[in-house]
Amino acid sequence: MHLHKFEKIWLIFGGVTLVAFIIVLAINAFSHGHHPPSDLNRVVPAMVDQTAPFDQPGLVKKGENKYDLNMPSFAFGYAPAEQVIPLGAEVTFRTTSKDVIHGFAIPGTNVNMMVVPGHVNTATTTFTKAGEYMVICNEYCGAGHHMMMAKLVVK
Amino acid sequence: MTTTAIPKRDASMSLAYIVIAFFAFGIGAIAGLLQGLVRGGMIELPDWMNYYQILTAHGVLMALVFTTFFIIGFMISGISKTTGGLSTFSFRAGWIGWALMFFGTAMVVATILLNDASVLYTFYAPLKASPWFYIGAALLIVGTWVAALGMFSAYRRWRKNNPGKMSPLFAFMSIATLVLWMIATLGVAAEVLFQLIPWSFGWVAEVNVLLSRMLFWYFGHPLVYFWLMPAYIAWYVCIPKIIGGKLFSDSLARLAFILLVLFSIPVGFHHQLMEPGISEKWKFIHVILTLAVVVPSLLTAFSMFAVFETAGRRRGAKGLFGWFTKLPWKDVRFFAPMVGMLMFIPAGIGGIINASNQMNAVVHNTIWVVGHFHLTVATSVVLTFFGISYWLVPALTGRKLTKWVNRLGIIQTLIWSVGMLFMSGAMHFMGLLGVPRRTDYTTYMDSEMALGWIPYYQQMAIGGALLFVGGMLMIGIFIYLLCFAPKGQEEYPIAEMEQNAEQTPRILERWRIWLTVAAVLILLAYGYPIFDILQNPAPGSPPLRTW
Ligand SMILES: [Cu+2]
Repeated sequence: MHLHKFEKIWLIFGGVTLVAFIIVLAINAFSHGHHPPSDLNRVVPAMVDQTAPFDQPGLVKKGENKYDLNMPSFAFGYAPAEQVIPLGAEVTFRTTSKDVIHGFAIPGTNVNMMVVPGHVNTATTTFTKAGEYMVICNEYCGAGHHMMMAKLVVK
Repeated sequence: MTTTAIPKRDASMSLAYIVIAFFAFGIGAIAGLLQGLVRGGMIELPDWMNYYQILTAHGVLMALVFTTFFIIGFMISGISKTTGGLSTFSFRAGWIGWALMFFGTAMVVATILLNDASVLYTFYAPLKASPWFYIGAALLIVGTWVAALGMFSAYRRWRKNNPGKMSPLFAFMSIATLVLWMIATLGVAAEVLFQLIPWSFGWVAEVNVLLSRMLFWYFGHPLVYFWLMPAYIAWYVCIPKIIGGKLFSDSLARLAFILLVLFSIPVGFHHQLMEPGISEKWKFIHVILTLAVVVPSLLTAFSMFAVFETAGRRRGAKGLFGWFTKLPWKDVRFFAPMVGMLMFIPAGIGGIINASNQMNAVVHNTIWVVGHFHLTVATSVVLTFFGISYWLVPALTGRKLTKWVNRLGIIQTLIWSVGMLFMSGAMHFMGLLGVPRRTDYTTYMDSEMALGWIPYYQQMAIGGALLFVGGMLMIGIFIYLLCFAPKGQEEYPIAEMEQNAEQTPRILERWRIWLTVAAVLILLAYGYPIFDILQNPAPGSPPLRTW
């Protein structure tokens, strides 16, 4: 098939840029470990309250400046509804749904995950600025979806 | 006696589709206006109506009903035009398809009005709608399959009667679009038939949510190409004729469509990047396949601008960019789709951001996404559909696009584009701040951050109001062109090849090869993940109604 000269240049330029872009993404993902939240653990939705670690929601110290925050999602809220986090802490948020699909997003951070019943999901971030943050649900989950939130206080 | 651009009975059938499309569009526009005003904090809905109900209506009517009816109607007309009229079989299949789609839509709309299906147009399990909602959705899809059978038959008949020749480009592109649609809808049909209908009736207790999402997004991404490809047909085949040019390259056009079919099918996981239960490696494979769709888009961009430049130079344009001013800017048949094309440039860049592994975390499920698809579908695609309507409706009714309606159409296009720039611009910006999508008016208990978002909501509402005005103007023009415009003949623009054009490679029309390649790609991308889910299912979910 005949290709116009300019078209060849255009496609080669486009193709090379694309390949370079994908390589950058790959390095970022597989060498720096910047993966999207992809937890493979599971839990029975009706048994969330009886399953560790969701039977005891809240902050758990894991090391110096390292914490787990186990925070189950449900229509229409998160447990705990309010949590104090020490400044400078690296926090791993762990959640699952007791009912329908929810979102788990903290505006102003890179925490943004889907909460799918039957599955556990995790995301980690470090809080270097004091202040109030919100966890909000950004996937439609029913009549009270727009009220679904929790408060995080970093100090 | 009125003369129509295609046989009269085909014209009536095509119009029957387009009338339903615009009817759905009108109702969807009202729902859209209400949402914008509610989120801007400017009005409150009455007790008997809830935000998520009208949000469902808006999404279903605009994204599923308007687009599907318009696309099938448009492709039927073009296939009739370029293959020399429909056979009785194709004609009957077209009407049966229309009837199935119509009844399916009626069931879907009725359940939404009864507030029995406020599950949004993605109907994610385990939110449970009325079973009749899912049955209606299934009928809508089955109807498109029947209509598609009619079009496949018309295409096959043409090839049989013209051995050794390449099929008309319009017909080829429509067939490619339908091939993509048939393959893609298998996913959502499987979800609805095997998972959601039995579960919503209570015949099975639980549903595998992750599997339902995979099947949905297996369909949900090619769906956007199903919207885009008919717009590309107009760009490749109709617009060159409108601006007095010729086809740039028949083979490149066909190649672009084959690549769209191949690359856009197996890429659904990029919609599930933030999801548990899918490993990072599978997600990454889908990211690569998604980004490959950039290639046919680059081909299209090149072809379009090559056509514009050649046509402009033919009209005596000088200098590097002189051709730009020689284009028929005052012809709405060109102006509306051209604005759509220009908007597709930022829209495409946004798409690359969405599909990229890490950047997606910033915008996932924020209102950025809504801004993105209002720029791609509701601007690029819809402005092209409007542009098509300006000539297609009079061509099918045997009427004329009059001068003043042409001028009104330009105003309509401007109102729509400015409204969209306001609304989509605000949405993109708010998304970067973390504002969620699909959410009723809220200040999150007067949190400082959420209160800071209110001015942008208001900008969004202003854009929405402008869009409503543009939408209603379009409906008025549509009714005028359908029933009141003066009798006459309107051109059905199908561009010809350049005289010294090269022979198109025959392999581009060997569907058996391309279908096999598509099947292999799908197996590579989905085979193992779906096998794994079936072998080793996650705990299921009972049906829930949370609204
Ligand atoms: Cu929620």
